[in-house]
Amino acid sequence: MPYIANTDADRKAMLDAIGCRDMDDLWSKAEVHCPQPEFNYMPKGKSELEVLQHTQNLAEKNHSHLVNFVGAGYYDHHIPAVVPALITRGEFQTAYTPYQPEASQGTLQSIYEYQTAICRLTGMDVSNASLYDGGTALFEAMMLAVRMTRKRRAVISGCVSPIFRKMIHCYSSNLNVELVEVPEDEVSSNPKALLEAVNDKTACLIVQYPNFFSTIEDWTEVIEKIHSKKALAICSTYPTSLALLKTPGEMGFDIVTAEGQSLGIPLSFGGPYLGIMAVTKKCMRKMPGRICGETVDKDGKRGFVLTLQTREQHIRREDAMSNICSNESLCLLSAIIYMSAVGKEGLRHVAKLCAAKAIYAKEVITEIKGVKAVGNNPFFNEFVVELPCDSSEIVQKLIDKGYAAGFPLSSYYSERENQLLISVTEKRTKEEIKGLATALEAALWN
Amino acid sequence: MELIYEISREGRTGSSLPDFDVPEASAIPENLMREESADLPEVSEMDLVRHYTLLSQLNVGIDTNFYPLGSCTMKYNPKFHEQIAAMEGFSSIHPLLPQLRHGGSLTQGALEVIYETERMLSNIAGFAQCTMQPMAGAHGELTGVMMIAAYHEARNDHKRKIMLIPDAAHGTNPASAAVAGFTCREIPSDENGDVDLEALKAALGPDVAGLMLTAPSTLSLFDPNSSEICRLVHEIGGLVYCDGANFNSILGRVRPGDLGFDVMHFNLHKTFATPHGGGGPGSGPVGVGENLVPYLPVSRVSKRPDGTYTLEYDYPESIGYIAPFYGNFGIILRAYAYLLTIGKEGLLRISENAVLNANYIRIKLRPYYKEAFDRYCMHECLFSADIQAKNGVTALDLAKGLLDRGFHPPTIYFPLIVHESLMIEPTETESKEEIDKFINAMIELAELAKENPEEITKCPVTLPVKRLDETLAARTPVLKFEG
Repeated sequence: MPYIANTDADRKAMLDAIGCRDMDDLWSKAEVHCPQPEFNYMPKGKSELEVLQHTQNLAEKNHSHLVNFVGAGYYDHHIPAVVPALITRGEFQTAYTPYQPEASQGTLQSIYEYQTAICRLTGMDVSNASLYDGGTALFEAMMLAVRMTRKRRAVISGCVSPIFRKMIHCYSSNLNVELVEVPEDEVSSNPKALLEAVNDKTACLIVQYPNFFSTIEDWTEVIEKIHSKKALAICSTYPTSLALLKTPGEMGFDIVTAEGQSLGIPLSFGGPYLGIMAVTKKCMRKMPGRICGETVDKDGKRGFVLTLQTREQHIRREDAMSNICSNESLCLLSAIIYMSAVGKEGLRHVAKLCAAKAIYAKEVITEIKGVKAVGNNPFFNEFVVELPCDSSEIVQKLIDKGYAAGFPLSSYYSERENQLLISVTEKRTKEEIKGLATALEAALWN
Repeated sequence: MELIYEISREGRTGSSLPDFDVPEASAIPENLMREESADLPEVSEMDLVRHYTLLSQLNVGIDTNFYPLGSCTMKYNPKFHEQIAAMEGFSSIHPLLPQLRHGGSLTQGALEVIYETERMLSNIAGFAQCTMQPMAGAHGELTGVMMIAAYHEARNDHKRKIMLIPDAAHGTNPASAAVAGFTCREIPSDENGDVDLEALKAALGPDVAGLMLTAPSTLSLFDPNSSEICRLVHEIGGLVYCDGANFNSILGRVRPGDLGFDVMHFNLHKTFATPHGGGGPGSGPVGVGENLVPYLPVSRVSKRPDGTYTLEYDYPESIGYIAPFYGNFGIILRAYAYLLTIGKEGLLRISENAVLNANYIRIKLRPYYKEAFDRYCMHECLFSADIQAKNGVTALDLAKGLLDRGFHPPTIYFPLIVHESLMIEPTETESKEEIDKFINAMIELAELAKENPEEITKCPVTLPVKRLDETLAARTPVLKFEG
């Protein structure tokens, strides 16, 4: 079979060397005496060519050709060819955690470069070397606030991704943390109700910026007020949008997390993705996840190592800051290569394209008879419309026309049966947007 | 090497982006705009490619060197898996497509991959079902112990708050148990490296939720009492978690479900040959017996009688959503390709060669290094550098010496219960010649430790940097570039 180098002659020589007659003898000497199991479900092995043909057939069963207007936190951005070309280099891809820093400077320096970019993009002091995804990062942020404040109540806006909120509920089920959700108002957060919900026992306020409906909200005053109650402010953000927006750091957030998929990582049916976390300096020593730091070698030459490791499970065990012991290293490598490829002005341009095309799309779509914009809010690259009928039915009709027209909000907000969340990235052309509007109008009225 | 920021020059760009084909407009109010662009690198595409190509060359990976990092199963990662993961039909599909009405029909190929991988893993490890959602091994552990918590909760058995964990366990075990709300109690190993049965019996009681056991153990031993341990824990109403980090050593030979384990995580990036990626992304599916099926996370992929696949959410006893969607699909896809390639007949070939290679190294190095346990090992062999430490050469020094000789070192200082430990895991994919070269390097180092120990303590000298000052890094953290 492939991938095993030992020949029969090698095996015999090695068995002789270790004093075993055959493999059965070795199993028995290693005290494995169980009967040999059968594997009824496993097929017989196939060749590379056959597996490629089979998986190509499966890939073709997925409707990847749809013109995509579905976002909801996961976006169809262009990925420059340099990203996959560089991250698939074996030296990056087949290394492991940089436990031996002298043999891992490639991984470590790229983490350091990534941490720098994340701090600059978010306006925060310290970034870690990433967590699993945006949802786990937001949960870990909440627990960081719990550790920092020694309080066990978290207030969450209904404008935080419902996907993330479900994950936080799941993870918190055994942790004795009180979760208070404050419903949204159309497509905006309700700052007054959020502030009322934050009391002296509250560890943190969790919001999303721009929020799940893409609304851009100013949190500066709210943060000042909750800081006076000794609670921390956490936001989950969309990295691409930060090329244009006032940074969370400037607004006063203590902890910023994000799903980093938009930074050069393919949608790939849900993962692997990238959990971004950046914090103010005062949260640094209680932050979960790996962190890379600069140091020098014996000759005084600059080098990089994993640092502040006393926070982590392999030293602290059950008292660790988190059970997470890996990072999404290859995904953060995609992110730093992506950010370097589009560059300082390029990321801004991508964000501007998204914003302009979304405005255009909102205009042409709300011109259709019976289609109304929901909310009159400043937004980034997504908007909500109200259709005259069940939005899931219309989306289904539009699939036949080649469009994934948007995300029907009723999946997560049962009372929003007719509403559709439409996302636009730089990949959508004017023609595609007009095509969607025409198809939508036809689906509604023909 | 310079940082990407140090080679950056104002006005350079590494990519071409389309112009506006709609009016340039923005709905963002002035006071919520950032004043200056984020100071990201400005480099040409060639500079960028050269920078990261040169950076990659500062790394040691499986593709460049023998990498016997114990407990991490650094086996070869087949290249055609990358081709599959990059197929447009997989890489570009939005995870919310199946949640559109009748949307399951849009992603039948992807759902088949998840379903079939799940069925094959269940079959291989002897479980009723798996969840493919956990995004790493430790995430699988957390999922598994949360299901144990949900199981006891559903039986109104609220007093079970203790999770038993052997002293040889990975640090993630107690850390995961703590996140699931358990208090950990340590069980010592006996003098042979197995679970101390008497100590286990003494710890078992009505407050015990379960035991987390690495099988085969982190000492690379197959505990002959595994089934008995499961029986004892079940007898008092507890459940047994199997940390599957070392599954490569019993693949095709032992099914943990048959031994009596209730739940186990797989590491697709270890046993099933997906790339480690410099520390991730991994994937940590979890298999369970019938008793825990109700608590598996949602969504779940099922197969309809007509052969199509669908996502199901209606499981009221489920622990809920541990991942945003269906797990690290791109990684699951690579493991799927691997399973189809190795097939039924490949399973046992893998573990046999892994165990044989490890025992071969064990026998060859025994005259030079102190063996942790005088027993046949599983897929890795465990030594202590105690003999060398007497001359001032620690496990860390030996690791650095190996780096200079072209080998990634073994895992050092783990498990914690072995002093100056060196844990060597060759995996099945290395050839005898390469293993012999490694053995010779280890012998050379053992001899040097006797004759000229100082030379080893100066290693490494052939790498891009010499030994790095980790204390300085922690005392005065510099965590980003301030240029």
